[in-house]
Amino acid sequence: MTLAVPAPARARPSALRSFIAAQPLGAVSLLFILAMVFASLFAIWIVPHDPLKLDFAEILAPPSWSYPFGTDNLGRCVFSRVIFGARTALVIGILASLVGSTIGGLIGVVQGYFGGRLDFYVSRFVDILLSFPIIVLALVVVAMLGKKIVLGVDMNLVVAIAIPIIPKVARVVRSAALSVREMPYVDAARASGFSHQRIVLRHMVPNVFAPFIIMFTAFVAQAILLEASLSFLGLGVTEPTPAWGLMLAGNAADFYREAPWMIIFPGLAISLSVFAFNLFGDALRDHLDPRFKG
Amino acid sequence: MIRSVAIGLAIALGAGMASAQTPTPTRGGTLDFAVVSDPPNYDCHAHETYVVVQSVGPFYSTLLKFDHSRYPEVKGDLARSWAVSADGLTYSFQLNPDVRFHDGSPLTSADVRATYDRMRNPPQGVISLRQATFADIASIDTPSPTEIVFKLSAPNPAMLQNFASPYNCIYSAAKLKDDPRFPLQNIMGSGAFRFVEHVRGSHLVGQRFADYFVKDRPYLDGFRIAYIPQPSAMLNAMQGGQIKAEFRTIGPADKARLEQAMGNRIKFQEATWSTGLIVAFNTEKPPFNDPRVRRALSLALDRNAASTGLRRTSILREVGGLVRPGAPFAASATELAALPGFGRDINAARVEARRLLAEAGVSNLKFALVNRSVAQPYTPAGIFLVDQWRQIGVEVEHRQLETSPYVQAVRAGNFDVALDFQNQVLEDPTYTLLRYISSDKSPENPSKLVDRELDDLYEKLVRETNAAARAALIRAFEARVMNNAAQVPFLWWNRLVAMDARINGWAMSPSHVHGQDLVDVWLAP
Repeated sequence: MTLAVPAPARARPSALRSFIAAQPLGAVSLLFILAMVFASLFAIWIVPHDPLKLDFAEILAPPSWSYPFGTDNLGRCVFSRVIFGARTALVIGILASLVGSTIGGLIGVVQGYFGGRLDFYVSRFVDILLSFPIIVLALVVVAMLGKKIVLGVDMNLVVAIAIPIIPKVARVVRSAALSVREMPYVDAARASGFSHQRIVLRHMVPNVFAPFIIMFTAFVAQAILLEASLSFLGLGVTEPTPAWGLMLAGNAADFYREAPWMIIFPGLAISLSVFAFNLFGDALRDHLDPRFKG
Repeated sequence: MIRSVAIGLAIALGAGMASAQTPTPTRGGTLDFAVVSDPPNYDCHAHETYVVVQSVGPFYSTLLKFDHSRYPEVKGDLARSWAVSADGLTYSFQLNPDVRFHDGSPLTSADVRATYDRMRNPPQGVISLRQATFADIASIDTPSPTEIVFKLSAPNPAMLQNFASPYNCIYSAAKLKDDPRFPLQNIMGSGAFRFVEHVRGSHLVGQRFADYFVKDRPYLDGFRIAYIPQPSAMLNAMQGGQIKAEFRTIGPADKARLEQAMGNRIKFQEATWSTGLIVAFNTEKPPFNDPRVRRALSLALDRNAASTGLRRTSILREVGGLVRPGAPFAASATELAALPGFGRDINAARVEARRLLAEAGVSNLKFALVNRSVAQPYTPAGIFLVDQWRQIGVEVEHRQLETSPYVQAVRAGNFDVALDFQNQVLEDPTYTLLRYISSDKSPENPSKLVDRELDDLYEKLVRETNAAARAALIRAFEARVMNNAAQVPFLWWNRLVAMDARINGWAMSPSHVHGQDLVDVWLAP
């Protein structure tokens, strides 16, 4: 049997074009996400001021040409801090979602593939984890682990955010794996005497990749929100690191009447980025999952 | 004759004006105010936290108390007069007669002696944080029920202030005899108010004590403390009229909010606070065991710029040395400017800081600054310090911890550099400077530094009674502390108390533990 595989050079633009045509909102969100990534990567050239620099002559200055989003209670440029905050949000959001989704995905695939007692016990454990609200679980983990900074990123914060993601992804990927397990090519692989490891990694994993990538994208939004929440509660990133949740916490609460821009812009950044990732995740699901195709 | 009449008229007019300026106190009413948290227990002797004094203080008398119109001078509370012998070794107090405890029993010199014996020699199971303070008391005599004599083993110029500490609540000798731990769980004093109830996490209520020994006092029928841990909730309660005051402090932004919302229904009192931030280096950890590194990091701090900038949006205010600015024995502006880290030329200071780091062989210095996770004033101060050190090429991780883990980390020595605070409840330099002497002599010193020369200076200061000689010793002590730089002052706080405009008779002081007996407070109709 031969499959007509389109040439990669042609396939990529057409896939993108078809995605844009089918999911215009998703395309707009993708554009926003790409803008965020761009801002994070090139923040140092984009921002008008050092985000950490204190300027007592400009304390609580309203938005102006020099300070597009105004300044905070220490005279720091809110615009520069929002742009650099995208870096914190994306690094922690993507890392946490990647770790959580990958571990959850693998657990789900293994559960789905082996079934039986293993599936039963792991499912009950997943049920227990799912019974905790995501923020409570993250709070417990971050309170227990404390901080461990590696290359400027608090790895324990990443773990704390990743752990609540694991059971959610495991549950979804398991259900996809259960149907993949029944596929003839899995039977064929088993009959050929391939090892479990090979069957899982070579035949199961690629076929549950669509739900995985959808979950991963959606959980980036959750992770960004969780990072902002934990930072707001004083358990995430600490000052003076620019982070959106942190910009809403602490002294911002004292000055929001005098200087509403201190909370409006980081709040908008959180809302828009979470909205963008959620929309993109939904659009990706609609685009990749055949059940959602008309 | 005409001259006499004119003088008489002037006096009468003056008296009339004075009476017009000083409104007649009104009796009655309940003072509702907020305190951030419940006291851990009720024993004044076992604590240093202000929540104990603000909660329990109105129920107790002390031997002396601070006179807020002439702070830090003292005045009598239970003592109606006192005398200090010429050699400074004998303190004799005449007590007010007819003082009664809230259970009706008389308060005599025996109760005062039992209380001071408990503080200086706490029985097993009793914690006394005043033990060191009263270590110089050799004996206590009670020649009569209204007379008590303290004999000291050595002169101690701080002793009168020590007797005025609001933490020295006088307990009943009979109750202490039955159970030395009685004051931990029970409130039974001789103060202006008697205890009614305490519901943990909610409120504490006091009621006017009809047999209070000061005639016509207190004015209030009672008080009610609401325990409100969240500053924003406290402000809401004040704005909504559920509480009339919070006697610790509020921030500048809170003041603006209350002014805007309450107009002339709110008033404010302000003073330099006897509390300041201190940068403490762990001298057991390299490279902070090298005084050049510590001095360099102190030199890098532009305290004058911080004072100007941070006062607008935080409770941080004055630049000062080891003694509170404005207090007796505080360094003058000229003396201060001569100390390392307090000069006006920050660029020159930073050049010197870089030179010292290079001389110490320290390059690419990175460390963690341990700080409390409290918005005011710790967070802005921590951010400022990180920024200042960044300007001499030092990379700092700002590690903010909740208060309990912070205290644990600092006490256990698990820190590089800590942003600590000092609270000078008493203004005498022997109290103030105690935290800077060697850590094996002062548990308050987190830097682990041992400096016997500093200890010698301190010992001389404790025994010196001449004011000029004391001032000279303090300046020498201060200079050595700044050069050692194991602990260096950053900025002193500003105390800003907001209260209902109807509250009268409450006097501001630089410490939030003084003036909380509520004896003279009254509410205008």
